[in-house]
Amino acid sequence: MFKVFRAFVKKEFYHILRDKRTLLILFGMPLAQILIFGYAVTNEFKDAQIDVLDYAKDETSIQLIDHLQSSGNFQLNKVLYSETQMEAGMKAGDSKLVVVIPENFSRDFYAGRPIKIQVVADGSDPNNANTLGQYVTQMVNSFQMQRRATIPDPYRINVESRMMYNPQLASAYNFVPGTIALILLIICAMLTSLTIAREKELGTMEILLVSPLPPLLIILGKVTPYAILSFTNAILVLLLGHFVFDVPIVGSIVLLLLMCFLYVVTALVLGTLISTVSRTQQDAMMRSLMGLMMPSMILSGFIFPLTSMPVLLQYIGQLVPATYFIEILKAVMLRGVGFSFILFEVGVLLIMTLVFLLITWRKFKIRLE
Amino acid sequence: MAAVLVENIDKSYGNVTALKSIGFQMDDGEIFGLIGPDGAGKSTLFRILTTLLLPDGGRASVAGHDVIQEYKHIRKKVGYMPGRFSLYQDLSVEENLSFFATIFGTSIQENYDLVKDIYQQIEPFKKRLAGKLSGGMKQKLALCCALIHKPEVLFLDEPTTGVDAVSRKEFWEMLQSLKKKNIAILVSTPYMDEASLCDRIALMQNGEILKIDSPGQMVIDFQKPLYAIKTEHTYTALSYLRSASFTRSALPFGEFIHLTTNKPYEALQIKDDLERVGIPIQEVKRTAPSIEDIFLDLSQTNEPIDA
Repeated sequence: MFKVFRAFVKKEFYHILRDKRTLLILFGMPLAQILIFGYAVTNEFKDAQIDVLDYAKDETSIQLIDHLQSSGNFQLNKVLYSETQMEAGMKAGDSKLVVVIPENFSRDFYAGRPIKIQVVADGSDPNNANTLGQYVTQMVNSFQMQRRATIPDPYRINVESRMMYNPQLASAYNFVPGTIALILLIICAMLTSLTIAREKELGTMEILLVSPLPPLLIILGKVTPYAILSFTNAILVLLLGHFVFDVPIVGSIVLLLLMCFLYVVTALVLGTLISTVSRTQQDAMMRSLMGLMMPSMILSGFIFPLTSMPVLLQYIGQLVPATYFIEILKAVMLRGVGFSFILFEVGVLLIMTLVFLLITWRKFKIRLE
Repeated sequence: MAAVLVENIDKSYGNVTALKSIGFQMDDGEIFGLIGPDGAGKSTLFRILTTLLLPDGGRASVAGHDVIQEYKHIRKKVGYMPGRFSLYQDLSVEENLSFFATIFGTSIQENYDLVKDIYQQIEPFKKRLAGKLSGGMKQKLALCCALIHKPEVLFLDEPTTGVDAVSRKEFWEMLQSLKKKNIAILVSTPYMDEASLCDRIALMQNGEILKIDSPGQMVIDFQKPLYAIKTEHTYTALSYLRSASFTRSALPFGEFIHLTTNKPYEALQIKDDLERVGIPIQEVKRTAPSIEDIFLDLSQTNEPIDA
């Protein structure tokens, strides 16, 4: 029986290695995805263009403007002279933000009087405006600390926030786990459902059925190569994330790989399930794109936080396996927790896998329709 | 023991009836042909016998096993070549054959004798991908793959469709040599000329078997007078003949018109009759029926002759 299994897996590898499209999805997609998420789709920014409306024009205000630019986050676009010019830069798209420094800045600053610096941001891109506003606040605070270090104010409450596990708020910390979840799903679920649907479409499934091969062996033979390849891919993405985007792996690597393996099994079962109800490759493709890819991308908390969604979508999100897997990855990779902290997520994934497996078992046809 | 036994098999897809109460028996070492046009129900019958489809009613057994209960046994003992080329196009000739040998728990070496005659013809191309083979070679490879595990019963669904005349002839010669090895072969074909190469045939139409017998016996049994008429004015001759009172049927048949009549006439009488209405006739002769004549005759008996 093992000989048969080996022959089947060998045949499957021939299919994969001789089909350019499959190869591209297998090795091109993870690379493209991680590079796109890494370099293009990111909330971090550099050299955001800002305008400054400086009513003070004194020594300290010029120091503040220099200080704002010193971090590399901001670049001065234009110095404005009146309030009427404020919108022009934003309308033209040249600047994202205007900082307004009031008159007598230097005098008031050193006298310890309250000063109001106005920040006007382009709210048409709310996320960006928010982040930029926060950066300005941070920079102004640090400016204050530097200049007035000698005169601490005993009556002020200072909020010192520190981002645990991701001090620089690097988006790589979020997209690396998300990308692993997506890639494993695409390769395991979509490619498996495609490859089984292809056997149906080309008629070879008919011959396989009229042979002594048990159905379980057909399925195992089909999914094993994809399991191996997607596991390799998961490791590839982890390495890329670690060495190119500096994402740490705090927790146990063995536990991490074990969890990847569990998720691979879940995805493979899902792919097989899709293929049992699809007759053609196109059919399988549509089902896996709509039924798996979209929810996993949108409703798993990978791109948009699940908690800020309408309740109904939150419930749907809780049915998506990727939701739990991403949670597990973040816990193990970034927070470095042990197995006992992820029991719930692992349990849910296990139950999901078993349920899908049961449905697949019931739906697998030992005949044609 | 019958290689294949079919009793009152029914099958329909929704409202479409594919098979109506089909029954026949096929012996070991027999080449049994299912002859009929597309849509006659041949492929459906194949799929029921190869355990791929469940019949709606009736019973069938293959190599002594029931097609419903004992499908697992059947799947070990039969070779099946579906109507459409169904091997892996991205695997080479050798890889395909070796794969199918392995999944049936054997090897090319073990049963090489059985496929040798056929495989030798495609062996020079064994490194070529199956998808790049010509139609005839594809069919030879498919036959090898269906044979490599020494099946007791071989199911060949339209193996020669889309294959050139020379390859078709070679293919049938191979079947004759397999028959000598006591393998029962159920083969379907839309080509009537291949019918005479079978031991027995079943003429099928619209899910029904019109007649089962050996091709030779069918020819002998055909009692109706049959004439072949050669003329350059086929259309006018046909329309005249179809309205003539003595005509049973008149059908175009290659360069001839085949005419059956209600009672025997002299060939000359028919020629005179046609020429009297101004249709120039090159030749009229009494002829022996082909399977196609018999098929057309049987398939029309239930329907009025097209006027």
